[in-house]
Formats: sequence, structure tokens, C-alpha cells
Amino acid sequence: MSDQPRSGQDYESTLSSSSQTVAAFADDRQGLIHKFQHALHQTPSLVPLIVLVMSIIIFGVLLGSKFFSPFAMTLILQQVQIVGILGAAQALVILTAGIDLSVGAIMVFSSVIMGQFTFRYGIPAPMGIFCGLAAGTAIGALNGWLVSRVKLPPFIVTLGMWQIVLAANFLYSANETIRSQDIAEKAPSLQFFGTTIAVGGARLTVGVIFMVLLVLLLAYILRQTAWGRHVYAVGDDPEAAELSGVQVNRILISVYALSGLICAFAGWALIGRIGSVSPTSGQLGNIESITAVVIGGISLFGGRGSIAGMLFGALIVGVFTLGLRLLGADAQWTYLLIGLLIIAAVAVDQWIRKASV
Amino acid sequence: MEPILQGKNLVKRYGKVTALDHCDFELYPGEILAVIGDNGAGKSSLIKAVSGAVIPDSGEVYLEGKRVQFTSPLDARDHGIATVYQQLALSPALSIADNLFMGRELRRPGWRGKYLRQLDKPAMEKFARDKLSELGLMTIQNINQAVETLSGGQRQGVAVARAAAFGSKVIILDEPTAALGVKESRKVLELIQDVKSRGIPIVLISHNMPHVFEVADRIHIHRLGKRLTVIKPDEYSMSDAVAFMTGAKEPAQAA
Repeated sequence: MSDQPRSGQDYESTLSSSSQTVAAFADDRQGLIHKFQHALHQTPSLVPLIVLVMSIIIFGVLLGSKFFSPFAMTLILQQVQIVGILGAAQALVILTAGIDLSVGAIMVFSSVIMGQFTFRYGIPAPMGIFCGLAAGTAIGALNGWLVSRVKLPPFIVTLGMWQIVLAANFLYSANETIRSQDIAEKAPSLQFFGTTIAVGGARLTVGVIFMVLLVLLLAYILRQTAWGRHVYAVGDDPEAAELSGVQVNRILISVYALSGLICAFAGWALIGRIGSVSPTSGQLGNIESITAVVIGGISLFGGRGSIAGMLFGALIVGVFTLGLRLLGADAQWTYLLIGLLIIAAVAVDQWIRKASV
Repeated sequence: MEPILQGKNLVKRYGKVTALDHCDFELYPGEILAVIGDNGAGKSSLIKAVSGAVIPDSGEVYLEGKRVQFTSPLDARDHGIATVYQQLALSPALSIADNLFMGRELRRPGWRGKYLRQLDKPAMEKFARDKLSELGLMTIQNINQAVETLSGGQRQGVAVARAAAFGSKVIILDEPTAALGVKESRKVLELIQDVKSRGIPIVLISHNMPHVFEVADRIHIHRLGKRLTVIKPDEYSMSDAVAFMTGAKEPAQAA
């Protein structure tokens, strides 16, 4: 040590003559299955896409043109629009390793605020809509504050918020429905999302277009902006994210607030879908949105998955529901198959992750 | 000479455990200071207290003679202190480039960066590739590989590369060679010398005595939550250092 003070350790003297080649590994794991697994690992949303295409083909073969028509295809889109929009909100929260049980309640409450503000207080409909959107955002932000600052588990926070918002919804609306004719007459902008655009046999609504655009926008944000990368980092390992300079609390609050805003948009779309403002609608929103997210291959442990997968997941549920109904099967078969799909989706997720590294 | 980074009377308690017991710490410009000590002596707590990862219960931290109160690692980083933590602080599912730029992403020039806030991925990937080649981590095949697909040593390399690339005033390395092979350790030690030659002081925490004695200018020996003494590596032997750190021997005079 003393005779050669600063030139490294003796045993390292052979390093200068060491091999400089980059390690190359012969991949002897061959066969289609392995290649397939690797592809799935690279793009997780491929799984739901494959399931979606296959189920469309199967129902198309079984039902022929009754199912495989522009009308039926766009009907599926109309039926999944609410779940698709709620699923986008849910997917954001689940990517941060949280869960939002209050999405359905926020949606209904926002739609009730939009309707009641307009009809009870007589303010212009656009202002009522704005108030509804603001209320949804505020409830979401409150969720985010409780999760990030008070450090409560997201499951508990949103379980409580679900009950609170739902009860507030019934108390405030006095369980009153605003009829569709009244809305069409006095405040048609509330039904804006129900506006139909017919192209041939296809019938698209503004709500459907909004859902697709929303998913595309969120996919861009999650992939291409710093905020999006931070959402993944927070879901992956919040402590590591914090140490490497992500403002975890701020990201969490913004995610829950954005989720609340999207839920409020879902509430506006709900008025367009059902025509009326009803405090009893959309009760299953939370479970259906979680189903879409899970079938879409987003990990409940956070940090993995894509928003496009969620849309495929929602569409799979839509295809099954309509296909089985057209086949004349009991509606319970739909639930049974969807239950199977949820379990299968998580099993596939584990399999992809295990071997292909 | 004025210390660039200084801790005075730092105290940190976790419940009934006192991790830092009125501890002092000084880092002088341009030097490599090694911090050694037994497991549980409070080395990591000391480092976290001066790098903003934990807020000390009492005591002061000074950077370039000015009192600073870091409330988060981000805060310390904005002051030019970059830290490689023992647990590395990488996000496993994200790519190497994403991890390197976490919290300081580059945006595309022009309207796409300004209005769409789009990240400049090509520039980030190029920078990441350059930094990793500097470290000799050529065995990484693809810069867009997720960090979870790297070996432990490669991950450590990524974390060290990140600190070396962005630390402007002080770089703190907590066990940087612990998971590395002989060749990679040598690269990290060379990198440490290289950073020093750029005039940036380094705090090195390590259990590896040969490495410590090779690169350090001064050695801070930590024992039972406080600084026991500071020695120069050419005045003492490794066994002396180990004896101080385990309590087998008392230093001649207080530091």
C-alpha cells in the first residue's frame, strides 16, 4: 500500500489487458411462445388487443352480419363510453399504485350539480356545467390531499369518499330526476355529449369521440411529458421517485384532481347518454372501471400498463355484453365470463413478467 | 479554508434510537472525504441529514458558509448536491434514460416543447449513452431498456452516472462499489478521481478499506452516532482505522 499509493490494487493489474468486447448473449430460448412472451413484455397492451380482436371475430362468425355491422360496432362504442371515460380516470390513479372507488359517485354527483344548478337556481347551462366540472375536480383533489398529505391508504380514502359523495348526491338532489324533455327544451347543452353523428349505418356520439380523444391525449401525456413519466415513477417506487427528485405529493394530488375532472366529464357524458339527470344512475361505475383497467393489463401494484389497454379492456366488456345478448344468452353469462377474464388477465400479467426479462 | 459543506451538532432520533448524537461534519473544497463506521453507526443518517433526505431534529447545515435548511432531496439537488443512495433510488419499470433525467427532463426545442410539453427523447438518450460509455458501462445494449432488466452492478452504474452528470457542488456516494465487480469498481474509482480533478468534492461512504485508503484525502470515522475522529490515510494503517471504528482503540486526541 505504501510503495504504490495511488495506482489501484495489485490484483487489478491485469485489467488493462482485459477483453473490451461487449457481452453478447446467445439466446437459446427459442420457439414462438418465447418470442410472443417477449413481445407482450415490450407492449403490455397487446394482450387485451388480441383478446378484443379474437372476441370480435368469434362473435362475428357466430352472429354474422347482425353483429358484424357498422351499427352494432358503434353501438358497442356508445355503450362503453361512460365506462371508458371513467376507466381513464381510474387508470391514472391505478398507475400511481392507488385505487379510486369514488369515480362513479363523483360522476353522478357532478351530473346532478350540472342539472340542479341549471334548473334549481336558473343559472345558464354552461355555467352549471362549469360548476359540475369544478366540483368533480375539487372532490378529486381532496382525495389526493388525503392520500398524499395525510398519508391515508387510497382504498380507505376513496371508500369513504364514495359513501360521502353518494349520500351528498341523494341529499342535495332530494332524489329528484330532471326529465329529458325539460333538459332538451331549456338547457340542451347539458345533452351535448349525446349529439349523434350518423355516417351510413354507423352512429357515433360526441361522447364516443370524446372518449377516444381523451384516451389519445392521456396516452400522449403519459408517454411524452415529464409529468407522465413521473406518474409512472411514483407508482413504481414512491420512495425512489422522491429521492431522485420527483415531487411525489404534488404528482399524487394532480393525478387525483385530474381523475375527478375526468369523472365530472363522464357525468356530463352520462346526461347525454341517458338524456335525463338521475341521481340513481351509474352506481356500478367504480367496479366497471376497475374491471376495464384490470382486463386492460394495467397492474394494480402501479407503474405498469398503458391507457390504451384500458380502452381495449372496456371494449372487450362491451363486445361480450352485446354479443351474448344478441346470442340470446342469460345476462349472467356475461358476468361469469367477465369474471373469468379478470382472473385470466392478471394471470397473464404475472406470466409475462416472470420469464421474459 | 472554509468548508464547502458543513454539519454542526446534528441530532436525529427515530423513536428511542438516536441515529445522530450531536454530530459534526466538514467537507472541504476539492477533497475526497471518506466516511467509515460500523453498521448502524449512523453514516447513512448523517448523509441523509446533509442531503435533505431527512430533516435533522436539531443542528445546522451550512453550504459554502451559508446556513441552509433542506426540506427535500430536490431542494438539496437544486443547491448542487447530488447523492447516490444505497438503495439507488431508481424506478425499475422506467428506461435508463428516463431514470437519468428523472425530475430534470429536457423538453423539445420549439413549439412542441413549449406548448405540447413534449420531452426531447433523442437528446436525453444520446446524453445517457455518452455518460454510460464514460463509465465503461458498455455492456448495456439498449438505452431504452427498463432498469429492472439490468444487473445489480449496472444499476449502480446508472445511479453513479446520474450523480456524476448532474452534481455541480458536492457529490455524495453511499456504498458506490458494494455491488460492483472488480472492473466496474475500478471504473467508479477512476470516475471519482476524475470528478475530483474537475474540482468537485466528494463524500464517499464505504466498507471497502482498500478503496477508501486509495482515493480518500481524509477519513471521517463515525462511531455511535458521532464523529470519533478524522484521520489522514497516509498517517494510519487500515487496521488502525478498523480499530477506531469498532472501538478496539481510542484515537490519540479528539479531532
